[in-house]
Amino acid sequence: MTQVLILFLYFGANAYGWHMLEGTFGASRLFGVIPLSDPYTVLQVLFSGFVLGADVLFGALIITLFYMVVGGRAFCSWVCPINMVTDLAAWLRRKLGLDKEITNYRFVKRKARYWIMALGLIVSAVVGVAAFEVLSPITIMQRGLVFGFGAGVSVVIAIFLFDLFGVRNGWCGHLCPLGATYSLIGQKSLIRVEHDHEACTGCMDCKVVCPENQVLHMINKESIHVTDGECTNCGRCIDVCNDDALRFSIRSFAKKETNQSK
Amino acid sequence: MAKNSNNNRRKFMATTLQSVSLTAIGGLLWSGYSDEAKASPLVLRPPGALSEDEFQKACIKCGLCVEACENRDSNKNKDGSKRPGTLKMAKGGDRNMIGTPFFVATDVPCYMCDDIPCVPVCPSEALDIASVSNDKGELDINKARMGLAVVHKESCVAFWGLQCDACYRACPLLDEAISLEYQKNERTGKHAFLLPVVHSDVCTGCGLCEKACITEKPAIFVLPIEHSTGRAGSHYVKGWDDKDQQRVGEAKEIHTKNERSEKAPTDYLNAGGIDFE
Repeated sequence: MTQVLILFLYFGANAYGWHMLEGTFGASRLFGVIPLSDPYTVLQVLFSGFVLGADVLFGALIITLFYMVVGGRAFCSWVCPINMVTDLAAWLRRKLGLDKEITNYRFVKRKARYWIMALGLIVSAVVGVAAFEVLSPITIMQRGLVFGFGAGVSVVIAIFLFDLFGVRNGWCGHLCPLGATYSLIGQKSLIRVEHDHEACTGCMDCKVVCPENQVLHMINKESIHVTDGECTNCGRCIDVCNDDALRFSIRSFAKKETNQSK
Repeated sequence: MAKNSNNNRRKFMATTLQSVSLTAIGGLLWSGYSDEAKASPLVLRPPGALSEDEFQKACIKCGLCVEACENRDSNKNKDGSKRPGTLKMAKGGDRNMIGTPFFVATDVPCYMCDDIPCVPVCPSEALDIASVSNDKGELDINKARMGLAVVHKESCVAFWGLQCDACYRACPLLDEAISLEYQKNERTGKHAFLLPVVHSDVCTGCGLCEKACITEKPAIFVLPIEHSTGRAGSHYVKGWDDKDQQRVGEAKEIHTKNERSEKAPTDYLNAGGIDFE
């Protein structure tokens, strides 16, 4: 829902001249004044050897701070338009019974995205152009919806097919360097899913629906927060839980630090 | 136990090698693709754009300039309905770096708005305000250099002797960027040629001439400046120009050493040259 609303605001800015949210995820302006920009895009441009304008740097700082302190990796599940495509693929996968281990071509690891993220910066530096931006399905899809698709739609279809018949949660959960960036940024954010081990009946519905189900390692074991940065705060586990064993809450750092004790 | 740790080490080495080489393959493919994607196409950029190479680095592909162009107040028909804007976002298949702004003069040329709405909105400074500002710091669209118009004489009907001054009339810098040169038409003996001549120090590359051109495929068209200009090289000096002539004084002597330079030029010539076999 938020994804559709945000895209509609972007679309309206172009088609009707609204000033709520102009631009695209690369860089935008909120209410015509506040600059926002994507941290990974900005990093790529800096690596390509161009010193960006202050607006963009400031915008990237605002976004980074927001997800770092509040949202975690919420960009992925609440804002990103590709997520709607991959969610559809994941849902179809479940319905078509493709979700078994035997039909999951798990040839890439979840850590691959961090390699790709670093690689994108290196390629940006070598070629002298923001490397992920020349093929990013996220911005291709968003620009497609705001300005018109062209042949860019093939990238979106490719991602859909990859997620449906290839690797389960393949793009968002394994490859996307933007998701990797937000995973790193959002590691210490405040809003988190909290698990209540006492209420849990161990049905594991949450693990089936979770796009990053490695983060739910505590289910039916411990009553703690989901603290892994790879959790997108999508809240699907909360919706699907019939036992009220999962909820959003602000994580308490005092408790966490004693638990971790480094 | 010893055998087990050996196996572990072997497995670790193998997976590390796999990861590294997969990353290397990916990096090579990715670099190749990105390099192709940025290969400079014949594309016109918004006013104030940095040189193509710098522009492709700097542009963050946000589309704010395109939106500013599309939604400017002057972009309306007489009945108040909206016209298509000049700037477009490159889509997949546009043969242009995806997501960057450009325009096609034969579709919609740049109308050279006085307030240049597209430039100040650029957050990344890929569109440089200073390059379209005058000495007082005010915006001045006449400083824009989006491209340079070129006339193809063979297809321009004015060069055939027909009367056409469509491009001259359409030019926003009439008589400055395009002037008409009068020449006698020797074929008829009693008519004049009115030949359009583009002045590269004034032309902004807006493309209004290309849009106005009456021929089936425009005989006057705008190309990015690096594609429509030549370069004489610094070793040519205009001896009749005092300022240019000063460069001769600053020039350094260059000694070329090769087989011939062992002898003085006169010796070389008198001896009938060196036999190189």
